[in-house]
Amino acid sequence: MTINLDARIPTGPIEQKWTKSKFDMKLVNPANKRKYKIIVIGSGLAGGAAAATLAELGYNVACFCFQDSPRRAHSIAAQGGINAAKNYQNDGDSVHRLFYDTVKGGDFRSREANVHRLAEESVNIIDQCVAQGVPFAREYGGTLANRSFGGAQVSRTFYARGQTGQQLLLGVYAGLSRQIQAGRVTMFPRTEMLDLVTVDGKAVGVVIRDLVTGAISSHAAHAVVLATGGYGNVFFLSTNAKGSNVTATYRAYKRGAGFANPCFTQIHPTCIPQSGDFQSKLTLMSESLRNDGRVWVPKAKADVGKRAADIGDDNRDYYLERKYPSYGNLCPRDIASRAAKEQCDDGRGVGPGGRGVYLDFRDAIKRDGQAKIAEKYGNLFEMYERITGDDPYKVPMRIYPAVHYTMGGLWVDYHLMSNVPGLFVAGEANFSDHGANRLGAAALMQGLADGYFILPYTMGNYLAGLGLGPAVSNTHAAFKDAERAVKTKLDTICAVDGKHSVDSFHRELGNIMWEKCGMARTKESLTEALEAIPKLRERFWKEVSVKGGQDSFNQTLEKAGRVADFLEFGEMMCKDALVREESCGGHFRVEHQADGEALRDDTNFCHAAVWEYQGDNNAPALNKEPLTFENVKLATRSYK
Amino acid sequence: MNLTVHVWRQKNGKDAGRMVTYQVKGVNEHASFLEMLDVLNEQLVAKGEEAIAFDHDCREGICGMCSLVINGRPHGGHERTTTCQLHMRHFKDGQEIWVEPWRAGAFPVIRDLCVDRRAFDKIIAAGGYISANAGSAPDGNAVPVPKEQADRAMDAAACIGCGACVAACPNGSAMLFVAAKLAHMHMLPQGQPERAKRTEAMVTAMDAAGFGNCSNHYECEAACPKDISRDVIAMMNRDYTKASLGHREEESKAEGAG
Ligand SMILES: Cc1cc2nc3c(=O)[nH]c(=O)nc-3n(C[C@H](O)[C@H](O)[C@H](O)COP(=O)(O)OP(=O)(O)OC[C@H]3O[C@@H](n4cnc5c(N)ncnc54)[C@H](O)[C@@H]3O)c2cc1C
Ligand code: FES
Repeated sequence: MTINLDARIPTGPIEQKWTKSKFDMKLVNPANKRKYKIIVIGSGLAGGAAAATLAELGYNVACFCFQDSPRRAHSIAAQGGINAAKNYQNDGDSVHRLFYDTVKGGDFRSREANVHRLAEESVNIIDQCVAQGVPFAREYGGTLANRSFGGAQVSRTFYARGQTGQQLLLGVYAGLSRQIQAGRVTMFPRTEMLDLVTVDGKAVGVVIRDLVTGAISSHAAHAVVLATGGYGNVFFLSTNAKGSNVTATYRAYKRGAGFANPCFTQIHPTCIPQSGDFQSKLTLMSESLRNDGRVWVPKAKADVGKRAADIGDDNRDYYLERKYPSYGNLCPRDIASRAAKEQCDDGRGVGPGGRGVYLDFRDAIKRDGQAKIAEKYGNLFEMYERITGDDPYKVPMRIYPAVHYTMGGLWVDYHLMSNVPGLFVAGEANFSDHGANRLGAAALMQGLADGYFILPYTMGNYLAGLGLGPAVSNTHAAFKDAERAVKTKLDTICAVDGKHSVDSFHRELGNIMWEKCGMARTKESLTEALEAIPKLRERFWKEVSVKGGQDSFNQTLEKAGRVADFLEFGEMMCKDALVREESCGGHFRVEHQADGEALRDDTNFCHAAVWEYQGDNNAPALNKEPLTFENVKLATRSYK
Repeated sequence: MNLTVHVWRQKNGKDAGRMVTYQVKGVNEHASFLEMLDVLNEQLVAKGEEAIAFDHDCREGICGMCSLVINGRPHGGHERTTTCQLHMRHFKDGQEIWVEPWRAGAFPVIRDLCVDRRAFDKIIAAGGYISANAGSAPDGNAVPVPKEQADRAMDAAACIGCGACVAACPNGSAMLFVAAKLAHMHMLPQGQPERAKRTEAMVTAMDAAGFGNCSNHYECEAACPKDISRDVIAMMNRDYTKASLGHREEESKAEGAG
């Protein structure tokens, strides 16, 4: 069976598609809205904004998250900022330029119509956040301040110190709390969605585990939204929060939703290098630092052991400025990461194991003074010093690329609906807007656009088409079957009673993914991974140790369920990377390059690769959504 | 380094709980406190015991999920540091360490080191927002906000809702948490229309949730990993007095009209 990949892109010129489609959408009578129940999984920027806004409209919403409060979703960790085409700086920005930059930055693997809509809504997001009391940075005159981010030559990024995600999420959480108080959203913290339930091919609800009591329950609704974030933790070490996982989207995939471009992962160039085996996560140093920090390594291998201060300017290789003179240190992430790896592979990396490059503020401090730099980046410098013990005002930071974001995700059409009717997917969990590489400050924009301004329209259109009947009951056999399967799976994990910790398997998987499906991928490395992962998975199911059973608060069991899914999902990622015989954005196949730069193959791979589940013992089927570029001409990206 | 760690173990909300002593071997000084607990948990798993439950997520000091009273101090008592960012280089080889959950009436323990902090969410739901539906906002630059005011709003908005202030307070008071949220909104023009109502509603919700009173110890300020200043409490108190006065005035006006 092949899945329906009709993207439902409206006809007409790109500037008019969204306006036209909003007008064409069916509406639900205000008096009838409360009769519709909507389940939202996730309370990050995408899920929290969707839940609050749908409730403001009058729908009856249930929202779930695994943290103890919706305010702690992983969006909270975003540092640098959020893009919007306000052109407040009068520097030539426009909706079209943001659209153009994002399509180009994504290396022509995103869907034009979605990206244009994102750029259009970007301006409304800032207005909404300001109205909610988000304390964005301001100029002395009281207007909003901006900074630049990678992949753009205009200054369009809005920020709240180095805590932009926190402030945006607290805005979302405030709006959500208001709807909880009004009784229009029922919030379920410390819960985990473990299955999607479909009846007659439509999404009708979910199976949830209460993480405190272990109770399994069924929740029915007219529609389900997954806004469960990204799957970067398949690599074990990443900048994601420890709980970030693929479980919700992967289990929806097993219920028929197509998974698009799983191999598109973003490796962020500026993270604190790993310091030992005990390490449980990697810490991002915001891309905004590249506005003032200069990236370099010693020219000569002989100099790598020297103190940075003892290496004169003539002996430093500011390789980004050298290779990409027009964008310099602000080239896109995929390019900056690969360049760092190249320098280190060449034996010119600094710090332990030679896995690091310098990010140096010496010149900026000389130019602007320490106070000015502290005002912009003080909290980041402090965070760096706390972790490494080094003071970046005195010695350059040492940074190295780390897994950060996942562009792949569940396939959605223009309405943000998956191929399973009634299942919507928003934020990092879907695939549509960033192609093969996400530009900085574009994920916060997407999460809020999806939640505040897109789903509220497209959801109404879907519900209006359903008619006024009640939702399928949560006592339907499909729910009971799903509940039983969930409980059996949990019991099976507990019954293994092996000797090895869940983390030990997760680390091992992470190693395989990083070495073989990381910054540089080859046919050989991917083939090796595809042999290694099933073996590791087999060992997991024979040797993992999970004590305590499923009927209580059991963090080991929570982790085990997530790792079990990663152990299957990682294989799909490698398959996807293997068949995509081209390099684009963050997906770098060593076999496909020209002068060290990614070499796309638009003749054969200008499509989204959408994987379809075929049962546990069969390989997934590959479907393709062709991508067409009518407004931004397909061209080789150049940042030189 | 090798450490002796005494950890609070409690099966669930009903269990009495007790301290259990563990020896942790081979801890790297660059590891974070939570990574030390990871190492300890690995050792427990190897012995076939149940792992210690503790809350955490971002592990970079921003989500507010991690907690822990370490040697009697919330988050270990280092300036501007959450437990997840506390590094083992601050401890000595052979040291004894006591690890307990937040202790406060409004934060019941649910297992080991994890507590239930939903009381904070209830306070925010009572009024910790500016009522602005999506779609109804004016242009972002329509209302200028002086930089200094925006900066002070941001200082207060930096609160991560971890609850260290409550855990540090001898009375288990949530004044710093509530006042920080109010200060964030009341420093901004957008927060003015609902100012009095918001202050009253949140203070009432705080009392109803079982938090203690403030008797000016200011342990909260010392424990706050985000440096929230006690000044916000003074601002809240002023607003609360004004709000309740205004309330009475309105009532008497209404009576007069009748
Ligand atoms: C360190 C860091 C810095 C970043 N900085 C920036 C930046 O400056 N600018 C930018 O644009 N982007 C940035 N990003 C990316 C951006 O933060 C994320 O892509 C974005 O916030 C994701 O939002 P989301 O709503 O899709 O998901 P999340 O915020 O990850 O929320 C996921 C939600 O789903 C819930 N959930 C997940 N699985 C389940 C389940 N099975 N059951 C129940 N609930 C579940 C979680 O509890 C949570 O509420 C950064 C990312 C990182 C890691
Ligand atoms: S784990 Fe997020 S603040 Fe400590």
